[in-house]
Amino acid sequence: MFLGRLEDLAGGAEKQVPAAPSIAEVIAALDPDLASALRQDRVRLAINGALVTDRSAHSLHDGDEIAFLPPVSGG
Amino acid sequence: MTLDVRLLTSPFDPPAELDQFTGQHPAAGGIVSFLGQVRIDTVESGAVEALELRHYEPLTQPGMQDLAHDANARWDLEGLLVLHRSGLMLPGDPIVLVAAAARHRRDAFAAADFVMDHLKSEAWFWKREKAGGTWRWIEPRDVDFADLARWQ
Repeated sequence: MFLGRLEDLAGGAEKQVPAAPSIAEVIAALDPDLASALRQDRVRLAINGALVTDRSAHSLHDGDEIAFLPPVSGG
Repeated sequence: MTLDVRLLTSPFDPPAELDQFTGQHPAAGGIVSFLGQVRIDTVESGAVEALELRHYEPLTQPGMQDLAHDANARWDLEGLLVLHRSGLMLPGDPIVLVAAAARHRRDAFAAADFVMDHLKSEAWFWKREKAGGTWRWIEPRDVDFADLARWQ
């Protein structure tokens, strides 16, 4: 899932990708411009709806949903 | 004490909501409310035609709920109402309604102010506006973070 301006970079709000063991590998398989945007520190991540604090420590399973959350623009 | 926290994906009626909330809290000596609406505005590319808010279901509503609990823990409240729109809105449409009911007015003023500052800077919403036929994502503003620092 791509929130906010990341949706425009990704060309859609959602993308299905082949299963990969880590977040880094999922990102590496994407378009390079999108990948570098997703690697920014200010982009937060949620896996299956729960915020992730250390993205390198998290292992993935087939069917997991990753949400990329850029800085919020406020209500 | 009642917390009424709702993420809404269709238009709502602020006066009706406020009437209902007021009626539910006869023990409150004061009710402070804040209504945020889509302002009529002009940006570089022309008049703002529409505003769209996006949310992320698993985080947005729980985050609003946590915020309401925090406010309730900090001040002596009879009730707290937090309504926030997501989706497509036009100039003049209501976006957010916060109302705090308390026995004494200072608790109500402070709680409403606290909830608004946190909604503006921390709630899981992403916003874009359409002007001159083009959509543009809105980035966070420094002033929103400065507002938040008031409560730390």
